[in-house]
Amino acid sequence: MPKVVVAMSGGVDSSVAAALLKQQGYDVVGMMLRLWSQPGREDSNRCCTPDSMFQARRVAAKLDIPFYVVDAKEIFHSTVVQYFLDGYAQGLTPNPCLICNRKIRWEFMFDHALALGADFIATGHYVRLKVEGGRMKLLRAMDKTKDQSYVLHVLTQEKLAKSLFPIGDYPKSEIRELAKSFGLPTATRADSQDLCFLAGEDYREFLRHDAPEVGEPGPIVTRDGQVLGEHQGLAFYTIGQRKGLGIASSQPLYVLAKDLATNTLVVGDKSELGRSELVAANVNWVAGEPPSASFRAEVKVRYTAREAPAEVMVDNGEQVKVRFDAPQRGITPGQAAVFYDGEVLLGGGIIV
Amino acid sequence: MDTIYLDYAATTPVDPRVLNAMLPCFAENFGNPSSVHRYGQKAEAAVDSARETVASVLNCQPDEVLFTSCGSEADNLALRGAALAMREKTGANWILTSRAEHHAISKTAEQLERHYGFRVEWLDVDEFGMVQPETVEKAICRETAIVSVMYANNEIGTINPIREIAEVCHAHGVLFHTDAVQAAAYLPVDVQNLGVDMLSLGAHKYYGPKGVGALYVRKGTPLIPSQTGGGQEFGLRAGTHNVPYIVGFAEAFRLTNEERAQRTAHVRPLRNRIVGAVLEEIPNACLTGHPTDRLPNHCSFVFEGVDGNLLLTLLDAAGFACSSGSACKTGNPEPSDVLTSLGLPREWALGSLRVTLGVGTTPADVDAFLQALPPLVEKARYLRG
Repeated sequence: MPKVVVAMSGGVDSSVAAALLKQQGYDVVGMMLRLWSQPGREDSNRCCTPDSMFQARRVAAKLDIPFYVVDAKEIFHSTVVQYFLDGYAQGLTPNPCLICNRKIRWEFMFDHALALGADFIATGHYVRLKVEGGRMKLLRAMDKTKDQSYVLHVLTQEKLAKSLFPIGDYPKSEIRELAKSFGLPTATRADSQDLCFLAGEDYREFLRHDAPEVGEPGPIVTRDGQVLGEHQGLAFYTIGQRKGLGIASSQPLYVLAKDLATNTLVVGDKSELGRSELVAANVNWVAGEPPSASFRAEVKVRYTAREAPAEVMVDNGEQVKVRFDAPQRGITPGQAAVFYDGEVLLGGGIIV
Repeated sequence: MDTIYLDYAATTPVDPRVLNAMLPCFAENFGNPSSVHRYGQKAEAAVDSARETVASVLNCQPDEVLFTSCGSEADNLALRGAALAMREKTGANWILTSRAEHHAISKTAEQLERHYGFRVEWLDVDEFGMVQPETVEKAICRETAIVSVMYANNEIGTINPIREIAEVCHAHGVLFHTDAVQAAAYLPVDVQNLGVDMLSLGAHKYYGPKGVGALYVRKGTPLIPSQTGGGQEFGLRAGTHNVPYIVGFAEAFRLTNEERAQRTAHVRPLRNRIVGAVLEEIPNACLTGHPTDRLPNHCSFVFEGVDGNLLLTLLDAAGFACSSGSACKTGNPEPSDVLTSLGLPREWALGSLRVTLGVGTTPADVDAFLQALPPLVEKARYLRG
């Protein structure tokens, strides 16, 4: 009986994932990582709160599987939170979930699972795996509205071969039904785009007390150098942002770019926002290598962005240039550009 | 999967003989011992008989035995009840207790300090977690209302020199209580020999049921009840008698006393093998507690650079149920007060492991455990990075 460690959050998705695996005959073990949270805000973290731990424990008891909590506070802080702070200090808009999946879930937790004698780890991500010619293929979820493959583009063949995503074949509505039929709690917390460790706080507030140095005011300028006002620190703005600039203007202004060297925030008209090209670095190819030196793909530039057709040109193994058929808004350094061939996730890298 | 239970200090399974003694008191002999009629009389007889059994093991009078809901309640009643009574009687306002006590004592002492205006003096322990009588001698004074020092430590197994400490207390005319909840499973609890004024017990540590304890109170010891109501337990602990559990307590206690020598002879050599093998085979390992003056079924260690919680997780996944002085189910490990009181560096104290044996432990269990442990400690060290 193969043994699998399921990352359990207490939520309906990972609970059903555990139940499905148990039904399929796996020897299932539940695990929750105790991640870092701001001192004093442990209860409002999005994951691993006392309440979510209680929920996960109840689910594990219901499924009659062992459940363990593993302390990951230090490593989470030194990798994920630090990455987040460093990214903003470098003028980027980092996506810490990516490094969390790579370093925390599929390294730290993966190693712990193997140490417990597991053959696989499983999560409640909406994504599918397929074996083809001895290679692992990462596919988008059946339920396109729930697809989470974007945040898993960092996974390698080696890791995927030992991963299971039991709920990727189901629509969310069916997962709720399954939870009911398994007798599991079906309460879902409101889906949130917030980062778990912000504990419901705005990321700007978090930066203000954890990285006050990013709050250095500077000029807000147009492309042609006209100074329109003062910004509160580049980290507090995101490419494409319209609200909260604090400038009176006859037409709406958008954040176009951040120039870290001059601490300048560049703003302009909506029409100036689109870009047709991007460069992405630290690219991970799920197959282990790019499909070819240059290929057509649908490219997603944010978790919530719609994929757009583009030509992907490989500079070297780890860096690519992407040329979109039409200009794209919201290309933001620090976020990932992820390449798809239909259902198949080819790879992705960080926009520079 | 076959699992091996090595956590008898946490709790023990109920002895079938104890269960058999309890069963008639649920639906058959169900009366309230306080009732006048024959149902009540029969139930009262069961409680009286249980009290006599316990008294004979303790070498005291039956009316010096109070039944409570658990060992913690016995500790609460002893410390709070005697402190309040002594202050009323003599004005004494200090409580002396050690830094290595069970929370049932230490948290009660903290509450007495915070909310009742007492002062607490925390007695230092030596490197083995032992309270030296001289330490008590130095700290005790006319203002001392009560001294409480545990008989044997639950986390590290160390046995305190109770008789000597009792002598120090009595030389100063001060009351002395001992928490014998962990000790009573293996050590003799003759209260005359120990010289204590009060002594706490809990049945589930020696194959009795959870949810019942007892407090020995030497006749004449001033005590104010924590729980008021009916006049049960000589007016010192109100509440309808939990007859089946009181009967179970007495039977378990009687058997423990009767079989003490055999049980000790069974666990001690197995325990010694574990200690020897662990210290020999695992680098940077250290026995916590006293090397010889310790409970015969008990061994406890610290391993440098190990997350004790993770080690328990690895052990459980491998089929071994153990415990730790930094165990928690929430992934927020902190070294216990007891391990901290030994002066261990945090890097060691976080990696604690307690292995406690019982009547069900076999030599094959110990073999399997000793084979499994060293690689798991290695794994835990590797995972910590």
